[in-house]
Amino acid sequence: MSLVFAGVCSHAPGITGRAERADPKLRDAFYANLERMRLALEATRPDALIVIGAEHFANFFMNNMPSLCVGMADHYEGPIEDEAWLKIRRTRVPGARDLSRRLITRVMQQADLAYAEEWKFDHGIMVPLHFLTPRYDLPVIPVNINCQGPPLIPLVRCWTFGRALREACDAAPERIAVIATGGISHWPATPDSGRINEAWDRAFLDKFLANRRAELLAYSDEVTHREAGQGGFEIRTFIALAGCTEGSRMQLWFYAPIPIFAVGCTVAVAELAPLT
Amino acid sequence: MSLYNVQKLLYQLNRDPLVRSQYEHSFDTLLAGYELTAEELRAIREPDIGLLYVMGVNGQLLMHYAALRGYEWDAYLEAMRAGERRYGPVRTGLYVRAKDPT
Repeated sequence: MSLVFAGVCSHAPGITGRAERADPKLRDAFYANLERMRLALEATRPDALIVIGAEHFANFFMNNMPSLCVGMADHYEGPIEDEAWLKIRRTRVPGARDLSRRLITRVMQQADLAYAEEWKFDHGIMVPLHFLTPRYDLPVIPVNINCQGPPLIPLVRCWTFGRALREACDAAPERIAVIATGGISHWPATPDSGRINEAWDRAFLDKFLANRRAELLAYSDEVTHREAGQGGFEIRTFIALAGCTEGSRMQLWFYAPIPIFAVGCTVAVAELAPLT
Repeated sequence: MSLYNVQKLLYQLNRDPLVRSQYEHSFDTLLAGYELTAEELRAIREPDIGLLYVMGVNGQLLMHYAALRGYEWDAYLEAMRAGERRYGPVRTGLYVRAKDPT
């Protein structure tokens, strides 16, 4: 069939774990747009959902760290974190092994990647699923981009991966949805947690929403680290999604810094056009 | 290399129920399986979350270890700040403060 849905949303653990401490007006507006995203996703009747996330040492460590990895299992489990801490119950999430294998095989023609037949979801995937597939009944294909342990994959290769993933999706008979989930500027799990560079975020989002490839790929890790924190490395997930939706514009449904969530909370959905 | 071992211990503790069980029943036996300095062993045992942060332990590992050891979110953040005050700036890794180019 083809890619039928594409979007981005935030995944910070505070979104569920520290929900009661957020400004209720901002929190509820953010949640309302996640719910709107869920409805839009469901309306496209996807057979599977690809989640491009930034893993946080739930599955991979520096003894063997893939730049890019795609799940290829019948099912997954998450969250790996303490259920009370994240306020999400541990559950089994269905996978789509056969579709994963076909997508991986095709993407490998253009982009180097690893695959994994075991995968434990952390907050980076479970928080989005908690809102977007709350019954955990939609098969999920996880994608991990190493955004934690340098050296990190160059941005251009994230774009190339995303575009190759789109071509693979368009060649598959299934209806496939994809979301990317990461922070923009943020300093998670550090003493600076709650710091958010809103101006930096909005400048990035302008480029992202308009799918301006050259400007997105011009970011350097040195400047990103200085101005957007180590969490800013997660723009890789956005850029992979931008490669996947090359030629399409995104609609920004929500953006607001919510410090207790430690990130500028974001929801954006693509007006999907054919690949250019 | 030693920071690598500290982080590997926390990684395995966070994700592996068998390692968690060993932590609960025989913490010293678990620690003996990792090549750690005396300072690292002390920081892990106490725990001294601030020192672990200053050593360069990644927060995606450290925040879960802090939660396991009973630190609420604000206490975790304050422990890292106290660590910087007591031990100085982060020594290595992602959290070394970026220098202003000017």
